[in-house]
Formats: sequence, structure tokens, C-alpha cells
Amino acid sequence: MDLFLQQIVSGFATGGIYACMALSVVMIYQAIHHLNFAQGEMATFSTFIAWQLLAWGLPYFAVIPLAIGLSFIGGFIVERVVFKPIENAPVLSHIVIFIALFAIFNSAMGFIWDFSIKPVPSAFGEGPLYEGSLLSKHQTGMISVTMFVLVLLWAFFRFTRVGLAMRAAAANPQSARLVGIRVSFMTALGWGMASAIGAVAGILIAPVVFLEPNMMLSILLYGFAGAVLGGLTSPLGAVIGGFIVGIVENLAGTYIPVVGGELKLPIALFLIVVVLVVKPEGLLGRRVVQRV
Amino acid sequence: MSAILEVKGLEASYGQLQVLRGLDFEVAKGGVTALLGANGAGKTTTLRAICGMIRRKGEITFDGQRIEKLGTEDVVRLGVAHIPEGRGTFGTLTTEENLQLGAMTRPNNSDIQADIERCYGFFPRLKERRNQQAGTLSGGEQQMLAIARALMLRPKLMLLDEPSFGLAPLIVRQIFDILADVKREAGVSMLIVEQNASLALELADHAYLIETGSIVISGEAKAIREDESVRASYLGY
Amino acid sequence: MATSETYAAGAASAPKPFITAERVVYLLLFIGLVALPFFSKGFFVFQMTKLLIYAIAIIGLNLLTGINGQFSLGHGAFYAVGAYTTAIMVEMMGVNYMLTLPVAGLICFVFGFLFGLPALRLDGIYLALATFALAIAMPQFLKLSTIEHLTGGVQGVIVFSETFDPEVPFGLPLDPGVWTYLFTLFVGVFLFWLARNIVASRTGRAMMAIRDNPIAARSMGVNIALYKTLAFGLSALFTGVAGALSAIAVKFVAPDSFTFALSIVLLVGLVVGGVGWLPGALIGAAFIVFVPNFAEEISKGLSGAVFGFFLILVIYLAPQGAGGLLRAGVGRVKRLLGGR
Repeated sequence: MDLFLQQIVSGFATGGIYACMALSVVMIYQAIHHLNFAQGEMATFSTFIAWQLLAWGLPYFAVIPLAIGLSFIGGFIVERVVFKPIENAPVLSHIVIFIALFAIFNSAMGFIWDFSIKPVPSAFGEGPLYEGSLLSKHQTGMISVTMFVLVLLWAFFRFTRVGLAMRAAAANPQSARLVGIRVSFMTALGWGMASAIGAVAGILIAPVVFLEPNMMLSILLYGFAGAVLGGLTSPLGAVIGGFIVGIVENLAGTYIPVVGGELKLPIALFLIVVVLVVKPEGLLGRRVVQRV
Repeated sequence: MSAILEVKGLEASYGQLQVLRGLDFEVAKGGVTALLGANGAGKTTTLRAICGMIRRKGEITFDGQRIEKLGTEDVVRLGVAHIPEGRGTFGTLTTEENLQLGAMTRPNNSDIQADIERCYGFFPRLKERRNQQAGTLSGGEQQMLAIARALMLRPKLMLLDEPSFGLAPLIVRQIFDILADVKREAGVSMLIVEQNASLALELADHAYLIETGSIVISGEAKAIREDESVRASYLGY
Repeated sequence: MATSETYAAGAASAPKPFITAERVVYLLLFIGLVALPFFSKGFFVFQMTKLLIYAIAIIGLNLLTGINGQFSLGHGAFYAVGAYTTAIMVEMMGVNYMLTLPVAGLICFVFGFLFGLPALRLDGIYLALATFALAIAMPQFLKLSTIEHLTGGVQGVIVFSETFDPEVPFGLPLDPGVWTYLFTLFVGVFLFWLARNIVASRTGRAMMAIRDNPIAARSMGVNIALYKTLAFGLSALFTGVAGALSAIAVKFVAPDSFTFALSIVLLVGLVVGGVGWLPGALIGAAFIVFVPNFAEEISKGLSGAVFGFFLILVIYLAPQGAGGLLRAGVGRVKRLLGGR
């Protein structure tokens, strides 16, 4: 029983990582109805920026806002420069552009910071939260930050005009233009936000898995799994989905013999395929009701 | 009466197919102008061309300013509210959020909430449905919402595309009564496209008849309504 | 992805003269490719072998994406299954390498067909996601300890000990590398011919009809589920045979040769060659074999970035790939000639 509880708790902790990544996935999906396959690489890039700033001796409390801010601007610029010119191109072109971005970011990171593994200190300190606690300080911090980001996003979309405008632009771009919303600007804003959330995810994850250019590839897959499970249209769903994926992954790893530590990624594949086939809108995603 | 909208030599095409072949018309300030014609005559295209939803050529002057090169958002920001065919409500958002969106171009601290209440005054049904997803409203309610949302812009000109489309006669009556109220109370100029000519001519002061992309008849709404030959050959009632 | 000009669904074909410009071009190309290894060095021949192998895999992907309109970011997985099938059969069971190709193809067909079943319910971006997951997960399947005695786990399988190169038949006096190249070429030509026939057949037309307008296709009585899964299976078959050939040519399979990067490379080849245009596979394959070298020369270490940059350029400037450029070029020449 103790083992079971421990596995759930540690699954919950890893789930925090996936939840954060899933949030970032949902942000992009909201903005462009697409999955950005380069999202993981962009998040890793942000993490490298944070690492670099730390290495230059800046304190953590300065590094985090700086890295997040730079990532926001970076995401915004990537949309303006790379994605906007092909906004109306077919899906395949978009996918190829994501792949191209993937290659560019990955290679640029290797070039600038090389492929060696870099330890990143946690902003929350080392060791367990308190004597005998199942969660470490970092895990607790990670989960709290994810929750905080979720609440922040919810409030942003629910209570601000820009948030409402972004929702409108995503729901019906044509009508959004007719009420004077600059849809394409909203899309860029969505990229910026997704990229900022990705930075948060990366900075939270790096102390756990070590920083290197390929850090995010498998995590992105779990993030996708979480987002799909929770529903691509729902930030709350994405977070819940992320936690579930973390817990399922851990329990399966412990209790299903073959899966063990070996088939963790296929679990994500399995989850994605099953959810997409059985319940494509996810747990909390919305089916649009339209009556004419 | 001076014109709020002046259109000269308006042309537009979808790909190879030219739909508008040099339209000239105007909408008087504070008045209602109707654009009549059969299916495929180019009425909807005219509205879409005015607010930049398709590429167009010619001169479009709105409130003394040339707008034929502006994008949709910018035309809207000048005070043109377009109520598109199919109503264009945001189905996943609530009724009230739809109304808030209508005022998106206005400064935040202005009396938006008061305007929402005013819209609820015109359309009490919407007030009952204020927290409901717009997609779950009935067709008539959605049309009301579309008009209310347009009013939230505090527009100088409203472009209405087939407000009667797909609605029961009773609801259509209601909506046109409200439009008459809006015209009287809010003093908004309107350009209305309708297949239901008799209804539109009741509301309108002036009317144009288009056929395959060109204006064939223009005149006082009253005169057209009473002209037997026009009625018989173009309006079919 | 307006590919309808390339292969319009249900286009009526008038009887053609036996000698057409197209056939002459193909014949010259074939002669050139056969002659090539006799005029070039060993490493170049090896690169050309890889090029042909990629081209076969890309034809497979094109059957799925170009002809049937489904996406895949996971074709590296089918490539891997083909490669492992051949490696295991040759190394563990001592089967002649030539005989392993049909088996690899068949296994991949079944695998692809099965994966196509859930994929049936996925459209566009969701299918891309599912196949993306497949590509990422594949190396872990291959490393699985319960099948380690077959797959060699992380180490992989070394195919043919050093003294055992693919056997040159009939005692022909050929260098083994050259023979591998020629063998790949013959298989490739056969598969290209097969793919063209599939596209021109009833099955191909049904697949294109589904791509262009699924609702209309259904109302004409096309069994959508059947043809979509069939397209997946056929596509996997081609890609699997390519994988099998790669095992023969490279003489080594390991999980880390079949990562997501491989799936990316295949997709890139498809897009560069031209979606929906089968011969584009050669051009796309040339791109993925030679451009990384070229990129390496422009900037060591940043070759991935250069590669990505090229890709963006292709999407901006020639979204129809080489096939599109070629059509535009031919059209212009024709107009010039006609406009005299």
C-alpha cells in the first residue's frame, strides 16, 4: 500500500511536468487549431536561456521573469516571421514548418550550448518538503506553479478583454474580424503565451531530467497525451490530463511487468490513440453545439 | 441629406467569376437603404466588398473617408457593423460575452454595461439567455443577438445581410419591428440586403435593385413599392 | 495540396503512342542509374544506394499522403519494422536476403493495415499526432528486453558478419557494394512501376476520390474504411521494403537508427519531391541524402538549422515541391514554343 501511495504521489509530481507542457500545447491549439511539434524544442531553448542567465550569475528571481518574457517575445516573433506568411496554406505545409522549426531550434541549441548534459539547480531548493515527506521541495514547487499558471490563464481568459478577444478569434475568426478584433495579432499573442508557458515548463523540468537539447522530445509526447486526454480545448482538462498521464505512467511502470521502465513512451502512444479514437474531445473538451 | 456611404464603380470577383460589375449607390445618413435582387445577383457580395471581406476595386467612401483599401478590422473600427449571412455569432461563448465582443473596439471604461442593458431593452429574450451558450439559442434569438452585437459597436452604419433568412414569419415580423425602433431611436444608418422585398421596402427609405452585378433600378422605397411593373418583373409579389 | 493536376481522380486516358517523351526520360534515367556505379567511387555508390532506398520509402509515404490524403509523421516506424525483419531473418534464421524482402513487405503491410484501423477515425492533425507518437515510441519497442534475443536490444543486430556481403548472383564479377546498389535499383524500379499501376487502377482512383472529396466518394459507393486502411497498409509495405533494403545495405540495425529524425527525413523528402507526384521521390531522396552534407559545409554544427531553413524556403517558394516546379517549367516552355 505504501508503495502504491508513493507511486501515486511521485506520478502526481511527474504529472505536474506534463500538465505544464499540456497547457502550452492547448494554448497553441486554441490559437491556431494545430499542434506545434516544435513546442518542446522551443521550451528547451527557453530553458537554455534561463540556464545561461543563471550561469552569468543572475539570481533566480531575476532569471525567471526574464526568461519567460524573452520566450514570449520569441514565440510572438516566430509566429510573425515564420508562420504568418503561410497561415492559409494546407495542413501539410504547417506540419512541415513545425518540423523545420524543430530542426532549427534543436540544431541551434546544440551549436550554442553543445549536447552535453547540464544540471540545473531548482529554484525551490533540494531535499524533501519536510522530514519524511513523500514530495520533495522541487516537486511541491512544480505542482504549485502549474496550478498557479492554470488559475492565471483561467482568469485571463475569463475576465480580461484580450482574453475574450482571443477566445473569439479562435472560435470564429471571420466573425471576430467583424467585431474589429485583429485576429492575426491574437494568433501571435497565443504563440507568445504558449512559448512563455513552455518556458515555465522547461525551467520546472530541467532540474529533474537535466538540461540538453533533446530534453523535451519525450516530455512533449506526454504533454500531447495529457492535452488530448483532457481535451485540447480545455486548459483545466489539459492539466488534469497531464496529472493522469503522470500517474498512469508511474503505476504501469511499477505494476505491469513487461511495461516496467521499458515501455513508458508507448504508454503515451497508447493513451493518445485510444483517447482520439474513443473520445476525441477528451475528458473536458467541448463539443460545439450549433443550432440553426 | 448627405450620404454616409458612397460607392462608385464597385467591382469584385471570386476567382475568374466577376460578380460585381461597377456598382454605384449611396446610403443616406440616418436612413435605411435596401438592396434588392434575386439569388446570385451580388447583394451579399456587395456587403462583403464594403467591409473588406473580399478583394474589391472602385471607390468606397464612408463618412468622408476612402475605405476600399482597408482590411475588415479597420473598416469595422471606423463604425461599420456587418451582420453577416448566417449571423456569425460565437457559438461557444455566452450571449453576454457575444455582446461584450461587439464593443471590442470601444475603450474599456466607456459605458459598455449600460449599452448591454439597452440592447436587452430592445431584445428582452436575450436577457433571459444572457449566460447561455450562443450556439444553443434558436435561430431567431441568434439573429437578435447578431443585431444586438452590431449595436454594441455604436455603429454609424449597419450592414444587414438577409435578417429574415430561415426564420418563421412571426419572428421575422418581430425583428423588423425592432429594426424600425432601432432606426428611430438610435439613428443608425442601415444598408439592408433582403430577398423578402416587401418587408425591406417597408423599412427602407431608398432602394436599389441589382441584377447580375449591376444596378438596374433605383428610387424612393415608396415609389418602388407602388410601381406595379417593377413589382411584377423584379420583386415577384 | 492541389495535387489534382498530377493525378486527377478518374481522368480518362486516351490511347497513347508507344514512344512518349515521358518514357524516353525514364529510359535515359534508368540507363544513367545502371551505369552510374561503374563510373564512381565506393562511398558515392553507397550514398546512391541510400538515395534509392529513401526514394522507395518516400514513394510509400506518397501513396498515403499524396494519393490518399492522410498524414504520417511516423513512417520511420514501418521502415524500422522492415529493417528488423530482414536483419532477424538473415542473421538468426539464415534466410537468403532476397527472400526477406517480400516477407518484410508483407509484415509491414499487416502492421500498417492494423495501425490504419484506429487511424481511420483521425483526421489531419490528429493523425499526425498519433503517428508522431508512434515514431517517438518505436525505439523503445525495439529495445524491449523480452524480445532482446531477436532484436539484440539496445545494441541492435549486425547483419552478415564481415566476410558475408550480400551474395552476388550468377558469379557476376561485381563489387558487393555495386551489386547492392543494382539490386536496390531493380527493386526500386519494380516498386515504382507497381506504385504507378496502383495509382492508375480502380484502387488508386478510389483512394484519390477519398482524398479529394470523402463525402462524394462515399455516395459513389467507395468503401472509405477499406481504402484508407489499404492505403496505410500499401504505404507501410513500400516503406518496409525500403527498410529491409537499408538493413542489407548498411548491414546493421539498431533502435537508435530509427528515431523520430528518420520519420522527419522521409516527410521532408516527400515535400521536397512534391506531394502527389511519384517520380519526385528521387529528387526528395537526393535532397535528404546530399543536403545535410552541403549544410555541414555551410556551417558545421548548424547543419540541422540549415536543413530546416531550406525546408521553410521550399514551403514558401515551391509548396508543390520539385514536381510543382517542374510542371511550371514545362508549362512555360510549352507556352514559349506555342507562342511563336
